[in-house]
Amino acid sequence: MKGSLIILSFFTVGLLGGMFRLFPDWILDDRLTTYALYALMFLVGISIGSDRGAFSIFKKMKFKILLVPLLVIVGSLAGTAVVSVFLSEINMREAMAVGAGFGYYSLSSIVISQLSGQELGVVALLSNIMREVTTLIAVPFMVKYFGKLAGIASGGATAMDTTLPVIVKFTGKEYGIVAIFSGIVLTAIVAVLVTLLLELF
Amino acid sequence: MTSLTVILLFAAGIVAGRFILKNDSVRKGVDRLVTFVIYLLLFLLGISVGINDKIINDFGKIGYTAILLTIGAVFGSLILAKIVYHYFFKHSSERRD
Repeated sequence: MKGSLIILSFFTVGLLGGMFRLFPDWILDDRLTTYALYALMFLVGISIGSDRGAFSIFKKMKFKILLVPLLVIVGSLAGTAVVSVFLSEINMREAMAVGAGFGYYSLSSIVISQLSGQELGVVALLSNIMREVTTLIAVPFMVKYFGKLAGIASGGATAMDTTLPVIVKFTGKEYGIVAIFSGIVLTAIVAVLVTLLLELF
Repeated sequence: MTSLTVILLFAAGIVAGRFILKNDSVRKGVDRLVTFVIYLLLFLLGISVGINDKIINDFGKIGYTAILLTIGAVFGSLILAKIVYHYFFKHSSERRD
C-alpha cells in the first residue's frame, strides 16, 4: 500500500509537470526510456535469479501447486478478454496484456507503455493498482465465496509480498507458501507474457 | 525488436542472478536499483502522459476501462480458484483439520 502510494506520487508529479510543461524536451527522448527499460529488465532478472527461495521452493512442491499460478494466468486473461468484447476502445489482445500484469503495476505499465503506447500504459497502471487494492480490501469476502485459493488468485503477483499478510490472515499459514510460490511465478512471467501478447502472437 | 531485447535481457539477468546468490550486498544493491529505475520510468511515463492532451482529456474513460478490466481479471481468477480449490485442494486441507 505504501509502495503504491510512492509509485503513484512519482507518476503524479511527472503528470502535473508534463501538463504544465515544466520539463525540457530531452527528458522524453525515446532512448532514455528505452535504455532505462532495458536496464530494468536485466535488474529484475538478476533479482529473481538470485532469490534463493524462488528456486528451492520448486523442489519441495507437489505438482498440484503449479495449478495455482496457472489458474491465475488463464483466469486473468480469459476475464479481461471477455470484458474487451464490451469495450470499443480496447481490443482483446490489449485487454489481455493489461490482465497479464497480475497486479504488478509498475513493471507491466512500463513495458506496455513502451510497446503499445502511453494510453494503454496508464490503463495498465490503474487497473493493476486496483487489483492490489481490491485484494487488500476484499480477501475475507473472496475467501468466503470462492474458497481458500481466492485471495492468492486475486492477489496475483502481489501474493508474494504486499497482499501476503492479508491472505495468510484470512486463509491460514499453510497457504502462505502457496501464495509465495504463485506470486513468484507470476512476477517472473509478467514481462514475458505482456511482450508476447502485444508483439508476437 | 524492443520486445525481443526485453525478453533476452530478462533471461540474461536470471542467469547472472544465479551467480550472485550468496552475495547479499550485491543483491540488496540490485533491489535498490530496481526500485530507483521503476520510480524514474513511472515519473517519465507521468510526464509523457501529462503532455499528451488526448490522454488527459480521456482520463475518465481510461479509468472506466481500467475498472472493468480489473473486474474481469479478478473474477476470472476467482472462478477458476473456486474450481481448482474444490477439485484439488479441499480434501487434503480438510484432512489436516
